[in-house]
Amino acid sequence: MSLDFNADHFSLFGLPLAQTIDLAALENRFREVQSQVHPDKHAHAGAADQRLAMQWATRVNEAWQTLKPPLSRARYLLYLLGHDPQVESNTAMPMDFLMQQMELRETVMEARKAGDEASLDAARSHLLKEVRGEYQTLAELIDVKHDHAAAAALVRQLMFQEKLLHEIDDALEAVTE
Amino acid sequence: MALLQIAEPGESAAPHEHRLAVGIDLGTTNSLVATVRSGMSVVLSDESGRPLLPSVVRYNPAGTVDVGYGAQAKQSNDPKNTIVSVKRFMGRGRRDIAHIETLPYDFVDAEGMVKLKTVAGVKSPVEVSAEILKALRLRAEASLGGDLTGAVITVPAYFDDAQRQATKDAAKLAGLNVLRLLNEPTAAAIAYGLDNGAEGIYAVFDLGGGTFDISILRLSKGIFEVMATGGDSALGGDDFDHRVFCWIIEEAGLTPLSPYDARLLQTRAREAKEYLTTHGEAPITVKLGSGEYVDVVLTTEIFTEITRTLVQKTLAPTRKALRDAGLTVEEVRGVVMVGGATRMPQIQHAVGEFFKQEPLNNLDPDKVVALGAATQANLLAGNRAAGDDWLLLDVIPLSLGLETMGGLVEKVIPRNSTIPIARAQDFTTFKDGQTAMSVQVVQGERELVSDCRSLARFELRGIPPMVAGAARIRVTFQVDADGLLSVSAREQTTGHEARIEVKPAYGLTDDEIAAMLKDSFSHASDDAFRRALREAQVEAQRLIEATQSALKDDADLLSTLERAHVDAAVTRVQSVMIGDDRRAIDEAMQALGQATNEFAARRMNQSVKRALSGKNIQNIDA
Repeated sequence: MSLDFNADHFSLFGLPLAQTIDLAALENRFREVQSQVHPDKHAHAGAADQRLAMQWATRVNEAWQTLKPPLSRARYLLYLLGHDPQVESNTAMPMDFLMQQMELRETVMEARKAGDEASLDAARSHLLKEVRGEYQTLAELIDVKHDHAAAAALVRQLMFQEKLLHEIDDALEAVTE
Repeated sequence: MALLQIAEPGESAAPHEHRLAVGIDLGTTNSLVATVRSGMSVVLSDESGRPLLPSVVRYNPAGTVDVGYGAQAKQSNDPKNTIVSVKRFMGRGRRDIAHIETLPYDFVDAEGMVKLKTVAGVKSPVEVSAEILKALRLRAEASLGGDLTGAVITVPAYFDDAQRQATKDAAKLAGLNVLRLLNEPTAAAIAYGLDNGAEGIYAVFDLGGGTFDISILRLSKGIFEVMATGGDSALGGDDFDHRVFCWIIEEAGLTPLSPYDARLLQTRAREAKEYLTTHGEAPITVKLGSGEYVDVVLTTEIFTEITRTLVQKTLAPTRKALRDAGLTVEEVRGVVMVGGATRMPQIQHAVGEFFKQEPLNNLDPDKVVALGAATQANLLAGNRAAGDDWLLLDVIPLSLGLETMGGLVEKVIPRNSTIPIARAQDFTTFKDGQTAMSVQVVQGERELVSDCRSLARFELRGIPPMVAGAARIRVTFQVDADGLLSVSAREQTTGHEARIEVKPAYGLTDDEIAAMLKDSFSHASDDAFRRALREAQVEAQRLIEATQSALKDDADLLSTLERAHVDAAVTRVQSVMIGDDRRAIDEAMQALGQATNEFAARRMNQSVKRALSGKNIQNIDA
């Protein structure tokens, strides 16, 4: 197996380029590699070793944190496959999706103002269910259908929805305190 | 001069291999130092057998300094020059300090961090903390009979970059080689987890004298993984004392107090709080400076009532940390209680109710952090065999961000990211021919820059003149294993390394530390020159040992020629370290570092490869 500091995140952990991955294997690899390179393992070595350990541990953490959540994994994978979703610059979305999101956001804002925990909880579980289904679709688009353009569009939608989920969490936090 | 180190009887390591390392809990109220002896973590007591060192420093007119019990005894008589709870001022500006109006000190406005005017001159909280650390270093050296290789210093998990940097500076000033800054709840988790062979999700609830931390950890197969942390770096037992103090003033109808009376009442308030832990009511009788008597009784009911909001204040971060970890209370297997303030029945009750289980109190809440830190120091110093070890994966407690247009914060590194971590952010110019720009780095969770803590303003200079928007300046933020931030920048299109001018909003420059060191030595009997030389010799010995051990394991990674270079560099260090030319030792060590750079890189690659090999086939099948 070739190993290189500059290898992509999948290769670093010896995983195939795919959206569907063995999360347990990923975690085991992460722990095994981190157990070798972490700065704590080199604290009694010379300055050069310590610097190298920090660089490696940073590299391994970055790979792990990119591959673990499905959305960042898909973004990164599509980028490797030549279909960068360009989430910052490409904000075009289907009209009906946007309308639906705006309505949801309004519901959340009103519930937050009214301190309505039940409505927030309901909105949260509804959105979570929707998002879960979309992650399955996303894996299918990338791994089976190889429709990377459609996958990139779905990634952009999911970015939107994940952000909204965060807002609901914040609202729940504000309401319960 | 070779340093002889003698192992404890029964110590398994060969004498020359055992390195003296300690863990230090630098607390708001009390501090401790611990070490591993014969495989057991123990707190080192003073010559009178007392394990705690009160975190109190008194400056005397003659320039001498008292630390600990001696200083504490004088705090009411000389409140201005007797600094207590200095940890609350570390990395903090005037407006950050709660109840500053009730404190007896003469604060001096300084950029970033407050300073205190004492009879011995203006002192930074870093210098005051360094006195405490120095007292602990001397205690450890006397007890262990040699110079320390290094120390692990604990900090509250919720400490921000400014507070961490201040702590590290204090340790440097005290002549300690900092192996690692370790989060207090993580240190406690090591002590608890290793003692009990714990596996699963644990919460560590740490309420100290001045700080509150909550950490959620997953303990699994020798890995201590912090999943989320939260807290309040200005909430602790001191605040409960303050509530009692205010209650006494109101109850007794007292007019403005002298510094002497204020300090006296604060002490009585703390004693009353502690008494209530095991009693239903606490009588408080005080004779004030005016001869007037205060005579009141504090009952459990009143205490519970006046401190209710403080107890509640610990639960909000707890809830948030659990949510950040993506967990519910049902998934938490145990709640480890740390810090003297968790002795309060009100806290025990609230925590038990929140987590729906009895908290774990089987460790001494005052000592557990120091004991865990000593265990980690022993590991980091290399005193344990490979395989007989564990790994900590800790996180950054607060998000790091940058100021963007309109005073808004753009998050660069989110809170609870596993460290070390780095993120790059690209910037471009706003005007044609622009050659400099200024970047403000903040830490905190709020959206507005003004609501977060400003860490530093970086000036990027030397950008090649180009049309607006053409330059690409990549700024990299690196957070190391101590949770400390460093920043570097590079212009991408031309490859120019932009010069970074760091203007920290806090912290000390290397020059300031050097000046303080010189200053402290001029007042002490310690000989600066000899100490620095000794440190260099210890460091050189450490480097040679590390190099030789690497050569023993992986000599095959070097060609004959490369090996000869390394050997020559080792010989050079060996020949100069017996002399007294510190600069020559430093230079030889640097040369050895350079000669082994490539070797280190190859060894690291090999160890990663080994970690992954043999797992591949299994994975392809999966």
